Amino acid sequence: MTAASLRAPAHLVDPRAKAYWTVRSLAGWLVIAAVQIIVWVAVKHPDAVHPILFAVTVAVALAHVSVMPQWRYRVHRWEATDTAVYTQSGWFNQERRIAPVARIQTVDTQRGPFEQVFGLANVTVTTASAAGPLKIHGLRRAAADALVEDLTVRTQAAGGDAT
Amino acid sequence: MTVPAQALDAAVRQDGNWKRLSPRMLLVHPVIELGKALPAIVGAFLAGHGSGNDSSGSRWSLGIAGVVMAFAMLRWVTTRYRITPAQVQLRHGLVRRQTRAAPLDRVRTVDVTAHLLHRTLGLARVSIGIGTSDRKGRQALVLDGLGAERAAALRSELLHRPADAAQPKQPTQPVAPAEVELARLDPAWLRFAPFTLTGAVTGLALLGIGWRIVGEGHVNIGRLGPYRAVADRLEEWPLAVDILAVFVAVAVFVAVASTVGYVLSFTGFRLTRHDGGTLHVTRGLLTSRATSIERRRLRGVELSEPLLLRTAGGARCLAVATGLRVGRGAERGGEILLPPAPKAEAVKVGAAVLGTDAPLTVPLVAHPLAARRRRIARALAGAIVLGAAFDAAVLLAGWDSALLSVPGAFVSVAVALGYDRYCSLGHAFVRGYVVTRFGSVVRRRTAVAADGVIGWNLRSTFFQRRLGLTTLVATTAAGRQKYSVADLADADAVRFADMCVPGLLEPFLT
Repeated sequence: MTAASLRAPAHLVDPRAKAYWTVRSLAGWLVIAAVQIIVWVAVKHPDAVHPILFAVTVAVALAHVSVMPQWRYRVHRWEATDTAVYTQSGWFNQERRIAPVARIQTVDTQRGPFEQVFGLANVTVTTASAAGPLKIHGLRRAAADALVEDLTVRTQAAGGDAT
Repeated sequence: MTVPAQALDAAVRQDGNWKRLSPRMLLVHPVIELGKALPAIVGAFLAGHGSGNDSSGSRWSLGIAGVVMAFAMLRWVTTRYRITPAQVQLRHGLVRRQTRAAPLDRVRTVDVTAHLLHRTLGLARVSIGIGTSDRKGRQALVLDGLGAERAAALRSELLHRPADAAQPKQPTQPVAPAEVELARLDPAWLRFAPFTLTGAVTGLALLGIGWRIVGEGHVNIGRLGPYRAVADRLEEWPLAVDILAVFVAVAVFVAVASTVGYVLSFTGFRLTRHDGGTLHVTRGLLTSRATSIERRRLRGVELSEPLLLRTAGGARCLAVATGLRVGRGAERGGEILLPPAPKAEAVKVGAAVLGTDAPLTVPLVAHPLAARRRRIARALAGAIVLGAAFDAAVLLAGWDSALLSVPGAFVSVAVALGYDRYCSLGHAFVRGYVVTRFGSVVRRRTAVAADGVIGWNLRSTFFQRRLGLTTLVATTAAGRQKYSVADLADADAVRFADMCVPGLLEPFLT
């Protein structure tokens, strides 16, 4: 009651997440750059519009790709106790989410193509509210499976219809 | 009027077979679908005439009408439902067969609607709200087209089941429950109707339909008599008079349309509470609508005051209930507990529903001054972008340079708006309700029961962190799914969350 600050969740995500975020954002920027190059070649605009736009894209992309993964890695954290799941995510905009274990409806893991390359998985914990899924990105596969297992057992023990 | 629930119960459960909806729907579906396809049909007809070949237009439009009607009837043929002891099941689709099921003990709301056409044929549409988080099953299960008696009986059967299967003491009572009237439409409330702006939506919809007919039929609107007359008149007058005339015309149209809309939606409005605490709302002139909200699904109420309505001293009262997602799908509007009415009345009804008036009347805790800076800065940023775009357009198009000063008005409106948005911010925790107020264009004061809060999100943008602010979001399975307390001081956000739901944050506090 008197304490008025929330500590960060205990666990960092796997360090390989940095590489994963880098590759994923790089892929996104490559798509944008490719589209720009195609337009550049196809339209043959006389002005220097295209080179300038392209240079801006490259600059923003470099800044994003070099800063975002490090920043994200410092922010992304998670913790699961007997009573609650607590996550922290984001980088520029950050969000902390807390949900009681008793109100958990589903726990599932997902592995996208890039995550598979790095042996990572993400865990999504949903509650009855459409606004509150907790996502933990960048866990090592084994750690993700263990977490799902653990939460499933605890959720079943809690019972109730979770609304 | 009502078939005893038990009789229906027994009949339904003996015969677990799939049933069709009322065959009278064969008359309803084609008419409704034709109505929806009307712009295309009219368009095809006009296009045919325009092309000079007189008969092709009528042939095309008849063809379209035929196909639409066939599909509409097919819908009835392929749809079946059944009620088992545990579930309501609905099966439909020809190519892609779908079966949807609603567990009876998860039924949260039952909404019985009857459009004009339904009513003349003695039919009603039952939509059953189940608040699962399963994304596909999120929308209500809709039985479109049961006999009206059947629909009413089904509603009481679904809602007045014993609250818990483990308590068989109280068998399903035949429903003749005592009811308490909480509110009834007062014709004097009609004075708030023009301030609701619902007419603007109607106007836009009409404009859209007209646009489609014009577009698909390649009509040259310049040749239409009334349009020409108006356009000529406007060309004669000076610009300022034109603007004034158009403004007045739009305002009058919106006011009249809003009033008509109010009358159509809320004639016969009644809010009652039945024995088990279930709330019933009935309303509607042409389309009658009856919504039931079970007590254990009700998590709170919301007072909403759109800007215009607020200046007129009015407010609406909405229910915050699980299974009633605000503004979504078939249940749209099902959450209304009181149409636009004097604010005092809205507070009274809200208090009656909650059982205490404190959450709606208690003075709220104001937010830090940094929040005011942020509200105004955000509004200003929008106004500056808009103003720059406007000025750029003026310069590029070479319009009168006097127009360049218009963004000045944007900026002053933005400051006023930002200031008012700050004044709206407030929160409190009273009698087990989390109360939060937010918004200027639509100011909402929401009271959500703390035990309906199923998690907290604490959000902070880069700029909020610099100001030491946090937006606290209470997530819930009811209503809008999340209710925000915007821009609290970091420490206050944590303290407030901890106070509302004791224990949850405890392990993470330092």
